[in-house]
Amino acid sequence: MIEIRSLTKIYHSPHQDILALDNVSLSIKRGEIFGIIGLSGAGKSTLIRCINMLEKPSQGSIVVDGQDITTLNQNELRQARQKIGMIFQQFNLLSSRTVFDNVMFPLEIAHIPIKQARKRAAELLELVGILDKSHVYPDQLSGGQKQRVGIARALANNPKLLLSDEATSALDPQTTRSILKLLKDINSQLNLTILLITHDMNVIKQVCDRVAVINDSHIVEVGDVLSVFSNPGTPTSQSFINAIVNKDIPEEYTQSLLKTHENKFSRMIRVSFIGSAAGDPVISSMIKKYDIDANILYGNIDRVKDVPFGNLTLELIGSREAVEESMNYLKTNGLEIEVIQ
Amino acid sequence: MLEHILTSNVVLLGNIWADNSWIAEKVLLATWETIYMVAISTGISYLIGLPLGVILVTTEPGHVLESKGLNRILSTIINAVRSIPFIIFLILVIPFTRLIVGTSIGTAASMVPLSLAAIPFVARMVENSLKEIEWGLIEAALSMGANAWQVISKVLIPEALPSIILGVAITTINLVGYSAMAGIVGGGGLGTLAYYYGYQRYEDMIMWVTVIVLIVFVQCVQMLGDKMVTKTVNKRR
Repeated sequence: MIEIRSLTKIYHSPHQDILALDNVSLSIKRGEIFGIIGLSGAGKSTLIRCINMLEKPSQGSIVVDGQDITTLNQNELRQARQKIGMIFQQFNLLSSRTVFDNVMFPLEIAHIPIKQARKRAAELLELVGILDKSHVYPDQLSGGQKQRVGIARALANNPKLLLSDEATSALDPQTTRSILKLLKDINSQLNLTILLITHDMNVIKQVCDRVAVINDSHIVEVGDVLSVFSNPGTPTSQSFINAIVNKDIPEEYTQSLLKTHENKFSRMIRVSFIGSAAGDPVISSMIKKYDIDANILYGNIDRVKDVPFGNLTLELIGSREAVEESMNYLKTNGLEIEVIQ
Repeated sequence: MLEHILTSNVVLLGNIWADNSWIAEKVLLATWETIYMVAISTGISYLIGLPLGVILVTTEPGHVLESKGLNRILSTIINAVRSIPFIIFLILVIPFTRLIVGTSIGTAASMVPLSLAAIPFVARMVENSLKEIEWGLIEAALSMGANAWQVISKVLIPEALPSIILGVAITTINLVGYSAMAGIVGGGGLGTLAYYYGYQRYEDMIMWVTVIVLIVFVQCVQMLGDKMVTKTVNKRR
């Protein structure tokens, strides 16, 4: 659906040039929800704006649905933009128009006959669940309702692609969940490709199929959400994951633990498990099989796109051979193991 | 007692009114001339100033009609005209006024310098109003495939409307003041009346009545403007 090749964006200012995107390549499949996560200033906002040319790339190509967006003339670009919906953090609704007329806006731009446009606007408001607010002005709506109008407006001209620029960042967690659910629903109902940027790993966790981590103008990691979650490959991804999955054990605690069994061999390990492995009693069968003690220090189970995903921090105590054999046993049972100490 | 004072005062006022009924006639005519002059000049200045204000904003770097050269030229001309004191501007444009109206005296002739002087002022007022609009709204319209004209007519102007209306009130009030200056060089209206009768013929009554009429007039314009803004804004809330 989207092929981004060696995209570079440099902002020129009188004093210095700022490199916002450095040779970014990404490929987004039709029908998927793809998330780009990064801290503010990482370049994610520039990246999403390049896809509908709100920012002109300095170099590189962006092919959306077979068409290289960067080579279009003004007229062709306007046509192409009508097929790329966009929603925003600050909603960007026109305060001079009612909810209904806000949804009419993109239809007017596309010169849709008025009768047909009115029908379409009503359908869309029905779809996002605020048809009853049609004749109200945006100032009277809550944040979540405003974003629903934003989504209805973005879908007006039957886009193939929806760009979401931090669409839930101004909303509370509960409203965020309901908006994300709506995005997920329209993704499956309309087979709409959604590209979203966010700084919130929870958003990625709840709706995305695949994720790219952007840091300091570079894409540092791309993969499906589960693998990035269970095995983050870069410090940036790790810090995002750690922000929502608390895996760290206070150091004072680990030090004091290791002292208590000085005459025995011990290893502190972190076990990660995904999907069905989360349900198997691997740990208890390990304890039965080998002559070791297992001390559970920390455990966590979470859901990423309906797949259970968890980690467990264990201290294994026994003879050196028994501890090493039991660690091998866990590995052969499909668990990821990381030795902490 | 109180009643007596009141009635005697009313009688007194009535007498003054009867003695000075020519004043009432003069003031009414001059007030009408001022309203007429100011209203038409405001109209003309917006007819030209509004598009200029839109051009000023939209030709800025990164905006929908980006054009560095046009923006700089227009901005320089506007600053130049605005830096000329109105009383000098009045005399400066006399040849042009004669060319258009045929004379440089009277209400019709006053409308030429009034409109011309207000155009750059209006352009800057409109520019300010349009700049209050958040860029996100323009970005949203562009992301839907809007062209420059659609951004101007469907986003910029409707969104800035309350602020533009307030600008109209301010411009009108300014033009009332300018029209009095034009009056001194024979422009007609309340200015001429106050100058020729009030100042040169020592008719204090005329001076005071003129001042009161002007105060009432300005209050009315501002109130009307505020009311219209409240109405548009309340509708949206």
